[in-house]
Amino acid sequence: MAAIKNAAKVAGLAAGAVAASSVQAVDLPEDRAETMYHLYDGGGVIAQGPAVLVRKSMLDRVSLSGSWYVDAVSNASIDVVTTASKFKETRNQGELGLDYVVRDSLIHVSGTRSVEPDYQASTLSFDLTQDVFGGMTTVLLGYSHADDKVGQKGTPGWVGTAHHWQYRLGVTQILTPRWTASANLESINDDGYLKSPYRLARVFDTYVHENTPTTRESKALKLSVTGDITPEGANNRRSFRADYRYYWDTWNVRGHTLELAYNRELGPGWLLESSLRYYRQNHALFYFDNAQAQTLYFSRNRELSTMHDFGPGVTVSYTLRSIPGKYDVKLSGSYQFIDFHFSDYTVGDTGKPYSYHASVFNTVLSATF
Amino acid sequence: MARVRPVLMMIAAGVLASAAGCAYKPIEPWVKPYERERLAAPVMKASLNELPGRQQDHVYVVREGSRGATGVQGGGCGCN
Repeated sequence: MAAIKNAAKVAGLAAGAVAASSVQAVDLPEDRAETMYHLYDGGGVIAQGPAVLVRKSMLDRVSLSGSWYVDAVSNASIDVVTTASKFKETRNQGELGLDYVVRDSLIHVSGTRSVEPDYQASTLSFDLTQDVFGGMTTVLLGYSHADDKVGQKGTPGWVGTAHHWQYRLGVTQILTPRWTASANLESINDDGYLKSPYRLARVFDTYVHENTPTTRESKALKLSVTGDITPEGANNRRSFRADYRYYWDTWNVRGHTLELAYNRELGPGWLLESSLRYYRQNHALFYFDNAQAQTLYFSRNRELSTMHDFGPGVTVSYTLRSIPGKYDVKLSGSYQFIDFHFSDYTVGDTGKPYSYHASVFNTVLSATF
Repeated sequence: MARVRPVLMMIAAGVLASAAGCAYKPIEPWVKPYERERLAAPVMKASLNELPGRQQDHVYVVREGSRGATGVQGGGCGCN
């Protein structure tokens, strides 16, 4: 079966385990269980499946966690139907984690494994979170290493390997009794087989297999502020959050992400979360819609094109049952709309810029105990 | 030269006096633990649950060139 897969991005993702890379207060995570059904539908791709997570503490110092996430993908995206044929496959991802509290520090260790027919990724992560300055400042240091095996349907064995190193540094600061701010920096370095064995590029109007560099170094800096904006005397609490992320890498991709969020309690047991997200990037050095010159590297991976996307999201949660101090059970539903626009990725021979929209849905049944 | 020495002495005395007035005084945490109740409320969290963040991160990282610093665990394939 022919298939188009995004190995370069796979590699970046497979590095995975950015666990706890946002800074949090140094407390053991609360005991909880979650079950989720998730669905993505857009651009000819449907990805859906279940996911479960369980987290349980012991001895007031250790918390163990395990999760399992399934992606059942049916792919008939524009590049697949243009140069190959529709395909289906399933990815399973499992993770085991351990959190350990020592004085004002939280140590997190986790291992993740993701398996699909032609791609396997194994990741080990370590994060240290430390409260300082009377608990007003939280500092995080993190490191992950991942090894991937890249396969190709119809070819025995593996066609390549990729390795990833991630370094994280974060600071969260309490500004006032209502406002906090945080800064997170993450560096991801890749080495190995970063291209896709399936994806085709267009050179002089002819489709040929893409060729990308075997190394990539990237950095992302995210700044965030969150505040309680509940008017004095109001019963239902409200909050506001603003995030900005700047991304840059050695493939010359520069990305800007802006997200605004507004949450509010709607009444006893009801919570509304709403957000608006905007993203834009310029194309990679070796991205060509239809290359008109001979170059060593060339790709028509539209994730590396000049593009932007925008969309609102909303989540509503309801507490089904709650006994304070013992447990509570919540049900939530979430919907997000995303509009994608590509400036230099065109549809077939029409020359028209490609665009599509997607719906992202999930529902979660969760319990804390 | 005889006039310079008293001036230097006065400057030195001034510097010492200033230094004594600038004795190190640590900054105290200005938001006390009992004032942080609002910050711990569920409405202040980006998400009540952990799993939806993984889906969202995956949706974006396989469709955009940027990655990292999202605070969410990723992993696996970019096929969706």
